[in-house]
Amino acid sequence: MAVPDVAVAAVDEGYWTRTRKVGLVLLALGLLATVLFGALATGEQARFTLSEDAAGAALEINGTVGAILFGLITLAAGAAMLARLPKRWFIPMLAVGLVAFVLSFLCWQVSAAPTGQNFMPLVNIVRGTFLLALPLIFGSLAGVLCERSGVVNVAIEGQLLMGAFSGALFGSISGSVWVGLVAAAIGGSFISLLLAVFSIKYLVDQVVMGIVLNLLALGITGFLYERLMQTDAARYNSAPRFSNWEIPLLSDIPVLGPALFRGNIFLYLALLLVLVTHIALFRTRWGLRTRSVGEHPTAADTLGVKVLGLRYRNVILAGAIAGIGGASYTLALFSFTKNMIGGKGFIALAALIFGRWSPTGALLAALFFGFADQLATYLGAINSVIPGQFLAMLPYLATILAVAGLVGRVRAPAADGKPYIKG
Amino acid sequence: MEPGEIHALLGENGAGKSTLMNVLYGLYQPDEGEILVDGKPLKLRGPSDAIAAGIGMVHQHFMLVPVFTVTENVMLGAEQVRGGIAGFLDRRRARREVAEVSERYNLRVDPDAMIEDLPVGVQQRVEIVKALTRDVDLLILDEPTAVLTPQETEDLLAVMRSLKAAGKSIVFITHKLGEVKAIADRITVIRRGKTVGTASPQASRDELAALMVGRTVRLTVDKTPATPGEPVLEVAGLVVDDDRQVRAVDGVDLTVRAGEVLGIAGVQGNGQTELIEAIMGLRPLLAGTVTLDGQRVDGWSTKKVLRAGVGYVPEDRSVDGLVKEFSVAENLVLDIYDRPPFGRGLSIRPDAIARSAKERIEQFDVRTSSAHAPVGTLSGGNQQKVIVARELSRPLKLFIAAQPTRGVDVGSIEFIHSRIIRERDVGTAVLVVSSELDEVIGLADRIAVMYRGRIIGIVGPETPREEIGLLMAGITPDPAGDAPATEGSDSATADVIPGGAATTDADEISSETATTDRAVTATTDGDTVSGGSTATTDRDVAATTDGVASGSEEPGSKDEKA
Amino acid sequence: MTDNLQPGSPDKEPASEEQAAQVTLGNTEQAEAATTPTAPHKRPTLGRLFLENLWAANTFTVTLLSLVLAMVVGAVLMIISDPKVLATYAYITARPSDAINASWTLVSEAYANLFKGSVFDPGATTLTAALSPISETLTYTAPLVFTGLSVALAFRGGLFNIGAQGQAIMGVVLAALAGFLLPLPYGLHLLVAVLAGALGGAVWGFIPGILKARTGAHEVINTIMLNYIAVYFLTWLIVQNGVQDPNRTDAISRPVDASAQLPRLFGEPLRAHAGILLAVLVTWAVAWLLNRSTLGFELRAVGANPDAARTAGISVTRTYVLVMVFAGALAGLGGSQMVLGTTAAALTPLVIAQIGFDGILVALLGRVKPWGVAMAALLFGALQAGGNRMQSYSGISLELVTVLQALIVIFIAAPALVKAIFQLRAARAARLQTSLAKGW
Repeated sequence: MAVPDVAVAAVDEGYWTRTRKVGLVLLALGLLATVLFGALATGEQARFTLSEDAAGAALEINGTVGAILFGLITLAAGAAMLARLPKRWFIPMLAVGLVAFVLSFLCWQVSAAPTGQNFMPLVNIVRGTFLLALPLIFGSLAGVLCERSGVVNVAIEGQLLMGAFSGALFGSISGSVWVGLVAAAIGGSFISLLLAVFSIKYLVDQVVMGIVLNLLALGITGFLYERLMQTDAARYNSAPRFSNWEIPLLSDIPVLGPALFRGNIFLYLALLLVLVTHIALFRTRWGLRTRSVGEHPTAADTLGVKVLGLRYRNVILAGAIAGIGGASYTLALFSFTKNMIGGKGFIALAALIFGRWSPTGALLAALFFGFADQLATYLGAINSVIPGQFLAMLPYLATILAVAGLVGRVRAPAADGKPYIKG
Repeated sequence: MEPGEIHALLGENGAGKSTLMNVLYGLYQPDEGEILVDGKPLKLRGPSDAIAAGIGMVHQHFMLVPVFTVTENVMLGAEQVRGGIAGFLDRRRARREVAEVSERYNLRVDPDAMIEDLPVGVQQRVEIVKALTRDVDLLILDEPTAVLTPQETEDLLAVMRSLKAAGKSIVFITHKLGEVKAIADRITVIRRGKTVGTASPQASRDELAALMVGRTVRLTVDKTPATPGEPVLEVAGLVVDDDRQVRAVDGVDLTVRAGEVLGIAGVQGNGQTELIEAIMGLRPLLAGTVTLDGQRVDGWSTKKVLRAGVGYVPEDRSVDGLVKEFSVAENLVLDIYDRPPFGRGLSIRPDAIARSAKERIEQFDVRTSSAHAPVGTLSGGNQQKVIVARELSRPLKLFIAAQPTRGVDVGSIEFIHSRIIRERDVGTAVLVVSSELDEVIGLADRIAVMYRGRIIGIVGPETPREEIGLLMAGITPDPAGDAPATEGSDSATADVIPGGAATTDADEISSETATTDRAVTATTDGDTVSGGSTATTDRDVAATTDGVASGSEEPGSKDEKA
Repeated sequence: MTDNLQPGSPDKEPASEEQAAQVTLGNTEQAEAATTPTAPHKRPTLGRLFLENLWAANTFTVTLLSLVLAMVVGAVLMIISDPKVLATYAYITARPSDAINASWTLVSEAYANLFKGSVFDPGATTLTAALSPISETLTYTAPLVFTGLSVALAFRGGLFNIGAQGQAIMGVVLAALAGFLLPLPYGLHLLVAVLAGALGGAVWGFIPGILKARTGAHEVINTIMLNYIAVYFLTWLIVQNGVQDPNRTDAISRPVDASAQLPRLFGEPLRAHAGILLAVLVTWAVAWLLNRSTLGFELRAVGANPDAARTAGISVTRTYVLVMVFAGALAGLGGSQMVLGTTAAALTPLVIAQIGFDGILVALLGRVKPWGVAMAALLFGALQAGGNRMQSYSGISLELVTVLQALIVIFIAAPALVKAIFQLRAARAARLQTSLAKGW
């Protein structure tokens, strides 16, 4: 991907404004899209079908034309930014530029796919995106809760894993999905509780604790998996699964309907939680206090807010949410396997940072990362020249760029990671 | 305290004013004594108790969440909520409340503004709104004017008046005489943790200054007249911002000659720190030049400046001066570890470092269990001696000492002072910055007074201390004079009825002008060098001798009567 | 004491009551001063003093007790995960001896195997068999020394290098590429491959270093992100033409040439290789760098108090970059061991296992001192080697070792907890100050 090179080049011009820098990046991307994607795209029709396969209605465009057209749109967006765009146009223009770049890329890819595969099933893509983003959404929400109250949560991975494990274990033993769900929440909050106690009471560095807890969760679940689940899978690792719930009317919406509204409880729960967390964080007393504790605990304390108590509560709650996120694997899709989260917790951390510590931002970031992941799968299926691994790197690259201030400033809650010591 | 009274708590830095008020706000627990509100003793376990008892406090460092709006900050901890258990914030109501209070006391606060976007003066008013919405009767303002511009100070005093009119009591902590005289109904002076007197605002500035600074034991710094040589350090037109991008040094010109001590006096936070840091290459210059021995050094790295023959004692030894985990020996070579004999090529020579440490420890009388003890285990005075020893161990052209004896015991003070004078006597140019006026008077051959980022006067050390004290408060003795005078006259204008600075307190100022004319020179004038044989200064030596000549001592100073 | 990790400013000192008494530097000094005078009137014997010191919360005791605590928790895990043993607990009130015996047999056998697999097997009949546990331990120890040193070095410079994993991956990649792509003679080939490994890690360390110095971007976030970028780079690289083993269809690279492999120490069947010697050498070098070099002086000064370092003329940004480059190079060396040694000869997606993350634990356990790190790596190596035997002989899966390792570090990171559990006296060396507490 050309993103990092271009961005680094832009940063050398330190006297440029942010809008101009981003404009320059977009310009370069647009140029890349127009010239390279345009040249590589074939004259085949690129079809974006509104279904799960090649059939049905589709949006179509000639590959070369599409690649060049969308590339030009990106170019235009970049040029507009260079030409002193008013500030309120920054975000929309950036979105237009990036989306057009992706579309140009897709036109090239779809049109260059082996004959007969020149289509992209949008329903599949959207559904896959959400499916892959699911643990990220739960995980990054857990991160939001922790870090907004001033505790760095690097242990998301461990919380997800523990949730997945206890969901599978207790779901299997009891034969009830609901017991499994509750157990998953408890499992996640167990890791969280350790994080809270050691970082708040014993003042152990929160990042150290997070890393160690990830290993602990990996060890405990792996150990018990081999001892229990391997030996007696029927009894310990065959949890019942939540079935898909179709939501009437909404499920009839083209593309989005079948992709989104025929999902399982976890999908609805995730979206609901984003909404609830967002409202709670910015509209309620709890949210105001939580944010104050994460930003300026001393000020909160002088106004009678119980800083440590609030931190304990939020961290444990965060663990419960991540635990449920883990169960979105074992109580809906797969049976438990060792290390089944496989780094998703860290992408969730990236989503949290990329989403600027806000629930909705985290959701969008998670979806973006999920889309990158899904795209990698799709490109693999059509034998693309673009290696899936490079798309998989995208979330991490994007986060590095964001943290370095190249894609706009991200700012953590001011007291994030700092233990609060009274007096 | 009476209702509707403004009670000023006056005292030097570190006199214990803020500690007292923090006890009153429940942040610290008193070791002894009690607090009476409406005649009843009150036990404060925390700030919420204080708020419940009707006490509000505006801290020196604001307790505001920078990324919250004004309304959110005001709501926090006392939120109005709707929707039962969900606890939705009733922003509209809170907003209205903020607007109302702001209106009633003429505070002019926008409820929807983000704190971090507001200037300091407005932030302070937000703090006041915060206290007022909690229905406090007693408002404590801790050094409220320390961070304000003259205009903001004036606004604040107006606000205080309207609060007073509304029947609120105010405790006003400060060390600025002008403001006190302008606003206070009653004045309590605190020194070294004790009440040393009460006064009415009609008391003259001299009286107040004497009470505040105290005069007990005379501590002398033996020194011979200076023999100033060529200029070593020349600073011209220096402009520097502080960490918050606020102008801290605003066009300073300075000259320090070989073999003289130039003292910079001034209340903390008037740009001294930034001035020194800019000279040392620790802070970027926005304008101006720094010349060392005829060579431009602005833009140089700190290392280069140090290697050019500048010794530097930073004002905060635990933050900037020492690495506490390092041994005494390591700290003694912190800025020359890579120079022979301590470093050779890529390696350092621990034996050479230890050997030199042993010498230095002896020479500078550093009391430590061993050269390898972590410097953090030493007492403040000995830590400071480590820094002084380090900086004076190499040949210097210029020696800069910022607050060289802050938090240091008497014995070490004397020792450090004598080393500074000895350094002067071998022909080094010395620049001493101190907020302790006595120290500056004792050490300096010339005293530059800094106020709001400018040098507003350069005087000789024989100038009466009250007069220098007035300069530190921004009052120049020549009201019709040059730019610094008008710039620095905010405290005077504070009690001005429209009409101009010249008419204010006319009798007092003019009488002082008469006594000081001989010693005060213009900023650029550099040759008023003291000719005294042994400069003697007043120094209040710790609490051991306290009260020898001080005013009426009030027992039970922690009692507050309402 | 100078080696203690400590946050730069005093306001970060822990103040929970238990800890304040024990952890704060000044307080421990005072506490000691206060207890010393009381000692004489009891007229302690040497033995008594020794015992008292042993039971004081010093570094060694806390580490040992952490190990004991971890093993106790491990034992509990073993028992609750064994249905047969668990069954005996159903009637524990009727016949408690059954439960106790069954538990004891299970746990003691497992831990015995842990010992036999890592230190010495009394049942060994041949020299090779007798040396085998030690050889295994050393094999696992070598890479951990490097990654542990990597994390420790950065820590001493005030940076938290979570990226040893990624740096080790880049190290193993370049070492392997040099190992099978370059046609070089014996000796030189090995040297080049080892250096390539260091280079790979150094580049991967340079990135977060320069980002930190230039933009202030937090190294914790960036190193985590770079870890995963390295993983994906590795999985992509393996299947490229010229890299992938031509005879295989799965993700494995060509094997490293024999000329680039580290020689074995004890001969063919035993796996211990020269990597451990290199590890000792590098430990010495890092110790020298930290304590005897100008760069080390700068690094420690910046790590302990960047403000004072800056005031004394040390370039903090330059130091940050150098620290990360060195840390990366160390981790890269650790990674290169994984293909140049005897663990594997070719790249696979999981070729470096967890050595980077384990390095964090090793660094903390070793109190971020070079020789301490080497010792901690030895302990972890032993656990790993013993864990293998425990897995094959007692059926206790290797993950238990991960649990033990994590628990040990949790306990030593919170000495106040260990102290409270065992009612230890406070002693001066009782602090592992992990609270760098910088946040993002």
